[in-house]
Amino acid sequence: MTDLTTTPSTSDALPLQAPSLPRYGTIAAIVFAIAVGALVSMVIGAGYVAALVIAWLVLVVALPLWSLAVEGGRKAVDRVATLLIWSTFGLAMIPLVSLIYTVISKGSGILSGQFFNNSMRNVLGEGGGIYHAIFGTLIVTALAAAISVPIGILTAIYLVEYGKGKKLARVITFLVDVMTGIPSIVAGLFAYALFVLIFGPGVRLGIGGSVALSVLMIPIVVRSSEEMLKLVPDELREASYALGVPKWRTIVKVVVPTAIAGIVTGVTLAIARVAGETAPLLIIAGFTTDTNLNPFSDRMTTLPVYIFQSIASPPGLYRQEYEDYAWGAALTLVTIVMLLNVLARVIGAVFAPKSGR
Amino acid sequence: MAKSIDVSDLNIYYGDFLAVEGVNMTIRARSVTAFIGPSGCGKSTFLRSLNRMHEVIPGARVEGKVMVDGQSLYDPGVDPVSVRRQIGMVFQRPNPFPTMSIYDNVLAGKRLNAKRMSKSESNDLVEKSLRGANLWTEVKDRLNKPGMGLSGGQQQRLCIARAIAVEPQVLLMDEPCSALDPISTSAIEDLIHELKSDYTIVIVTHNMQQAARVSDETGFFNLKATGEPGHLVEFNPTKKMFSNPDEESTEAYISGRFG
Repeated sequence: MTDLTTTPSTSDALPLQAPSLPRYGTIAAIVFAIAVGALVSMVIGAGYVAALVIAWLVLVVALPLWSLAVEGGRKAVDRVATLLIWSTFGLAMIPLVSLIYTVISKGSGILSGQFFNNSMRNVLGEGGGIYHAIFGTLIVTALAAAISVPIGILTAIYLVEYGKGKKLARVITFLVDVMTGIPSIVAGLFAYALFVLIFGPGVRLGIGGSVALSVLMIPIVVRSSEEMLKLVPDELREASYALGVPKWRTIVKVVVPTAIAGIVTGVTLAIARVAGETAPLLIIAGFTTDTNLNPFSDRMTTLPVYIFQSIASPPGLYRQEYEDYAWGAALTLVTIVMLLNVLARVIGAVFAPKSGR
Repeated sequence: MAKSIDVSDLNIYYGDFLAVEGVNMTIRARSVTAFIGPSGCGKSTFLRSLNRMHEVIPGARVEGKVMVDGQSLYDPGVDPVSVRRQIGMVFQRPNPFPTMSIYDNVLAGKRLNAKRMSKSESNDLVEKSLRGANLWTEVKDRLNKPGMGLSGGQQQRLCIARAIAVEPQVLLMDEPCSALDPISTSAIEDLIHELKSDYTIVIVTHNMQQAARVSDETGFFNLKATGEPGHLVEFNPTKKMFSNPDEESTEAYISGRFG
């Protein structure tokens, strides 16, 4: 008889423990690398940037080598990958942080009640404001949303609920993809050409800007709504059909409410995306120093166009004042867009289906 | 209420693929009819063809006749939506509407069909349906909490309450207990016994004991061979089916000597 049971020898335990760097290992390596970087740059007389680059190089080489010696190959590779990911993250943060810092430091000085309540009418030099531009941005963007949100969401509903596998749906998807790639200046030219056909050459209207922006916005809304509607499980649709609910009511009462959080988030992000458009509005909405709250007559200034004009063609004597206005307007625009993003998150959280647990 | 269903020479297709072939049976009113058989033999497909739910899948169609109370379900003038109002369905996985409370889930069938109801009417209907589904005592203090917060077994009973709230003639159940523990299963089996007095119930199950426990009549579906369409092998009273079936393959399947 052969003995089938192999008794594990009691002496060697299961290999569950492995040597590892001490817990402060990473921090120690970073401190060491910075010290080396500082020392080397001092010796060769280079600046902070060189010290940082040297420190980074030392860290990327030293920490994995140390790890390789103590912990072995798998963990060393893990440390290399971790270092690279953190490094690229840091690189990506540099422009963002620098942008926000610059906008805040240069723009916050000018902010005042007067800045928000005055337009640029009859202003040369001091005393100007962005009242007209804020309302221009709000009106043009709101109208653009009013045009593109219904079209976009209804298109997405057609694509997901009715058009599956149909030729028309494939054509629409293709056209939406093409629309996504349209340069914004072309959208502006399109709106201009459209309104010239109706009102004659040289037309400048706020609503024209909204049409141009909605050309840019519709594909974003379609795409995001489509993805959200696709996430609604088919079981919910079937549950509704099985109760004898017609398809259109199933869509209105079950599918869309289930996806509404994602749809609203997508719409808000699309609004935030087009609120900063300049080029198409330069063409069709034009520029004015006066407050115009009627989008259906005359020129209308928005914040991005205001910024552009303040930098590009200020009155020669007041270059400095107009630059300050531009930074103040930029800070306002960034704040509006950030508030919209926050709003999107809040709405997403409020509408999300609750588990009740 | 409660109606009988006559099926004759029913072939069910997905596109060009014949999934179920030549089914003939009579499902009696106010009784429980169980379908058993191996996976993929077309039990669920056949069940879904009884209230035209299979049409939700693109390309699905049927040939043959399904008569409910003398009316053919597949006549050109028949509206699938009206069919589904008369023949309700409970699915394998519990699927309460995530945006609605327990209360609204029960009323979903009425509300989604835009029935206007007074507050007291809807309260009564909710209580009646939840009592009917053996869920009332467990949820009566939290009717306004989301339906997704209930346990799996409770969610499934909520789905049954939702299905019986529209007062259908027939209730189709597609493996209603396959995702549930034995205690919830037993609760639902008790429920099926009670519902039998008012409804015609058709249940698909993989659990032979369950078929034996709850059903009056049983149909055994099988594939002729791999790749061939499924068909109805035998349809008999459950007692006969589990003691002395007509077909040898039925006995082989029931006793576990399959294949």
